[in-house]
Amino acid sequence: MRKTSSLNGTILRQAAKDSFVKLDPRALWSNPVMFVVEITALLTTYFAIRDAAGATATSFWFDSQIALWLWITVLFANFAEALAEGRGKAQADTLRKAKSETIAKKLNGEKIEPISAAQLRKGDIVLVETGDFIPGDGEIIEGVASVDESAVTGESAPVIRESGGDRSAVTGGTRVLSDWIKVKITANPGETFLDRMINLVEGAKRQKTPNEIALTILLLGLTIIFLLAVATLEPFAIYSGTTVSIPVLAALLVCLIPTTIGGLLSAIGIAGMDRLLQHNVLAMSGRAVEAAGDVGVLLLDKTGTITLGNRMATEFVPAPGISAAELADAAQLSSLADETPEGRSIVILAKENFNIRERDIAALGATFIPFSANTRMSGVDLQGREVRKGAMDSIEKYLHAKGKSMDPQVKLAVEAIAKKGGTPLVVAEGSRALGVIYLKDVVKGGINERFAQLRRMGIKTVMITGDNPLTAAAIAAEAGVDDFLAEATPEAKLKLIRDYQGQGNLVAMTGDGTNDAPALAQSDVGVAMNSGTQAAKEAGNMVDLDSNPTKLIEIVEIGKQLLMTRGALTTFSIANDVAKYFAIIPALFIVTYPQLGVLNIMHLSTPQSAILSAVIFNALIIVALVPLALRGITYRPLGANVILRRNLLIYGLGGLVAPFIGIKLIDLLLTAWHLS
Amino acid sequence: MKGADLSQILFYIVVLIILAIPLGRYMAKVFEGDKTFMDKAIGPLERLIYHICGIDAAQEMNWREYALSLLTFNLFGIILLFLLQLLQGHLPFDPQGFGAPHLTTAINTAVSFVTNTNWQSYAGESSLSYLTQMAGMTVQNFVSAATGIAVVVALIRGLSRRQANSIGNFWVDLTRSVLWILLPLSVVGAVLLASQGVIQNLSPYLTVHTLQGANQTLAMGPVASQEAIKELGTNGGGFFNANSAHPFENPTPFSNFLEMLFILLIPAGLTFSYGKMLKDVKQGRVLFVTMLVLFLLMLGTTYGSELAGNPQISKLGIIGSSVMEGKEVRFGVVNSALFATVTTATSCGAVNAMHDSLTPLGGLPPLLQMMLGEVVFGGVGTGLYSILIFVILTVFIVGLMVGRTPEYLGKKIEGFEMKMAILAVLIPSASILLGSALASVIPAGTSSIANPGPHGLSEIIYAFASSSANNGSAFAGLNVSTPFYNLALALAMLVGRFGVILPVLAIAGSMAHKKIATAGAGTFATTGGLFSGLLAGVILIVGALTFFPALALGPIVEQLLMWSGKAF
Repeated sequence: MRKTSSLNGTILRQAAKDSFVKLDPRALWSNPVMFVVEITALLTTYFAIRDAAGATATSFWFDSQIALWLWITVLFANFAEALAEGRGKAQADTLRKAKSETIAKKLNGEKIEPISAAQLRKGDIVLVETGDFIPGDGEIIEGVASVDESAVTGESAPVIRESGGDRSAVTGGTRVLSDWIKVKITANPGETFLDRMINLVEGAKRQKTPNEIALTILLLGLTIIFLLAVATLEPFAIYSGTTVSIPVLAALLVCLIPTTIGGLLSAIGIAGMDRLLQHNVLAMSGRAVEAAGDVGVLLLDKTGTITLGNRMATEFVPAPGISAAELADAAQLSSLADETPEGRSIVILAKENFNIRERDIAALGATFIPFSANTRMSGVDLQGREVRKGAMDSIEKYLHAKGKSMDPQVKLAVEAIAKKGGTPLVVAEGSRALGVIYLKDVVKGGINERFAQLRRMGIKTVMITGDNPLTAAAIAAEAGVDDFLAEATPEAKLKLIRDYQGQGNLVAMTGDGTNDAPALAQSDVGVAMNSGTQAAKEAGNMVDLDSNPTKLIEIVEIGKQLLMTRGALTTFSIANDVAKYFAIIPALFIVTYPQLGVLNIMHLSTPQSAILSAVIFNALIIVALVPLALRGITYRPLGANVILRRNLLIYGLGGLVAPFIGIKLIDLLLTAWHLS
Repeated sequence: MKGADLSQILFYIVVLIILAIPLGRYMAKVFEGDKTFMDKAIGPLERLIYHICGIDAAQEMNWREYALSLLTFNLFGIILLFLLQLLQGHLPFDPQGFGAPHLTTAINTAVSFVTNTNWQSYAGESSLSYLTQMAGMTVQNFVSAATGIAVVVALIRGLSRRQANSIGNFWVDLTRSVLWILLPLSVVGAVLLASQGVIQNLSPYLTVHTLQGANQTLAMGPVASQEAIKELGTNGGGFFNANSAHPFENPTPFSNFLEMLFILLIPAGLTFSYGKMLKDVKQGRVLFVTMLVLFLLMLGTTYGSELAGNPQISKLGIIGSSVMEGKEVRFGVVNSALFATVTTATSCGAVNAMHDSLTPLGGLPPLLQMMLGEVVFGGVGTGLYSILIFVILTVFIVGLMVGRTPEYLGKKIEGFEMKMAILAVLIPSASILLGSALASVIPAGTSSIANPGPHGLSEIIYAFASSSANNGSAFAGLNVSTPFYNLALALAMLVGRFGVILPVLAIAGSMAHKKIATAGAGTFATTGGLFSGLLAGVILIVGALTFFPALALGPIVEQLLMWSGKAF
């Protein structure tokens, strides 16, 4: 997925071709501003042709130049949109290759019946073996396999998919590398994930988002207002004893209506979805991207997002009369064969703190006692030593069985660790407790600053965890989140989301399990992990192909960037009008009222070149801003006021000043080249 | 600028602020149904009115019901006032024996007073009976002002309520506006004005012998009582044709000061009520400051231009101001400029100098303020709801730049609100532009012009701007007492009034439904200097750019011509 994003010659050529196709009024209808420009271009062309027929050479030369530039204005706007779509189309082509025709092994009872993947329907069960492409989206009902999902995610390392649990979903178009699985198909052809993805990136079913609709209404309103201002100019001119030609009125109108934002609006929206795609996130609708910018609360799962996935041993707390080194030695022995990350971390800590080297458990002749649900302890027996480690209550039970009891000092240490948010593991040898291992949730590096950033952006972070409130509070404090939900159940999660929404907040969350589905559906921005279940992917409105929960933060930033780009270009577009008035109004009436020359503050050489310069500037600014529209304006995680001041300075003030300079420069060139 | 002039302006503004703040708080209490010191006196009267009219004061309305009540009430007002004029010859209190006015004049006048415009295509003292003035004009002066207040109160409720369906009861808002606010204030106002010599009687007109030996008829009437509400309700319809330039309406410098104060008092006070009702005084203050800044900008232009005067007259060696034509010597340049700015900033339209005679550039701010839709303080109620439309536009255009979909007071601004806000800006603009464009090319329009050239165009544009913005001040010079202007301007007044009120009520209704998001560091702040500047910028760019071509061909070119030695 992250390959074909850069602009290349093919995309540019295709976009240039498409900008002519898009001249079709039926296609332009949805963009009222550009539709009006096209009408005026047609009208002006008609007048230019009439001039040619009537052999009025001077006005033909002028009118045809205006007509030309009005057409160019529409073409530039079309080009911007086509370019934005072009990137998606290229990506869709890559995806289509993955959708090559596959033969599915449909299971009829125990019998295998080979049919075309296109004939599979929801509920069919298929067998997929080593080397086979998975014929459609589905859930694994039996078996485990390693799957190459690079066609969808771009990630070349294979992933494990197995029946039951949260890793059971498979995507059509991916390939089984080893073993076999039985898959129950969950999507009809044409509705699969890959199909939807192709539709999305192609923008085939692109609908205007609520904010785009509102903005279009504003632009339409401004267009009508300026249409009135320009249309009524003719009667005022007649009253003043002059007339203004239709091409000149058309030029004035096109300069005044917000063509810059009107021409770039849809490109900005498409580019926003495209930027998400660069981050390997698929947004199911533009509405979700827009909502991301508005998010006020982020619900973040503790494990994997805030903390590293596993707890780590950070300290040995010995019982009275035992040295820390003795405790470390016993703890290390008991963990040598323990392949869990916690176990590994104990071995590492013992080496770091007491230089206890790793020993070969087989060479020692030791017997490893693995963790069992029954005893809830693990440990090792060697040369008569019996070392056990486990939670406090299980070790206590173990000691009781031997007629001993837990040292009260150890109990105190256990409580202290629990209070700090850690997990205490008690180590016992023979009939006495040696001390406690402090296992700690390790908060990811840099996450604290990330949350502080979010806070400055006005976004509240809430940690979701299954831990008890005590542990949760300690981790929340360390990570710097604003709030936490401990002992979270799916119901509690759903209720939390509804509460925040009730207060007027938009809520974003990530999830992967089937039990996350209701919360994902309820949230305004629900990012499902691609590794998650089908139910989760259906419920969310975005899918993260990298399955990286931290990405929620980038998603929010992209949403904000999209909205800011829209606002900045709207402001720029409206601010431009001031200069255009000063170019055109004196030019219109200079003959009747030479005194109006005072308003020609740019000292444009002739009325014709003034009008032409304004129209040319108006067209060129669209194409000049295409890169900005596609890239989005720079976003920095700062408070609203700081961002606003910065953007106002660049796009508000810039919008006022830029056209004065631009129009003057074009006028100088036109005069130098004798074009007007 | 002269020191004395400056100190008069400063004094005026300081007194205005000192009075507007407590009045604002008081009005907020009135509309939130809190206890006020007037309750004991007025409460029984209010209950009696509800009892007689069969109004259930506790019954709230949604925006459609609210709008329907308002329209019905105003329609009956128009019909009643129309009939009253036609029948005045057969009714009592008509000592001069005035008959029915021309049909189109009667329509124009009825619409004019009901829409709070008070455009007068008639001369009050020579065509209307005392009954018509008192039972018709004065009553509408109260209730048309109260209608404006009711609309803004409904809008405030819509903005502040959380997921509600209703925006208040029109009849209650109307009644309370009249009984608690307009009536007590105008009683105080009338007494103060009468103390300055504004007349108040029902006598027949006096005939006096002048020193030159000629006979002169002096019009009499119940002036003081109508004068106070004329200003307080930003109505502006003078008892006499000369309006506040007439010595019986405005006899002394103090009465002039009072009248200017009355005009801005309620509109300025409402910005403070707004803050109080939202429980966020800053939101109201920022609107007040924005209005004040725009006001000073406009005042500065008019005053500066009047002070600079007309170079052609100065050339003649005249000592003193060169632009005293159309001004009362009693008021001079500064008080004429201040009055002109005050009266067009609000939708009042009372005048103490003839705007037609202002220098072209001096006449531009009055014209522009009306074109902007009376948002610089504006009419009672109308000013606040009109500027709130611009607030919504500003929040939408600029608010996106902070990276959130636009919201105001925690409420999302979406397609519907945008549609209505645009309509509220578009409709009056269309009325001004289309109306004056039509009038400037058809004989029925141009034949009324007294001065040719750009000044004539200014006169036409001014007439349509004044009607559409429900201001009612006239540029004079244009004979509007013709069937064409009577009907065209009546239409402009209706469109300009209800073409804004309906979208505003629709916004109130849809905003009331919405959730309120808590503000945070990521929220676009709608208070403070930055927002104030942005709001003023959007008002000037969106509002003024629409009219730039028209203004360029009217006052701007006229001023340039005047400098180069050509006058009209």
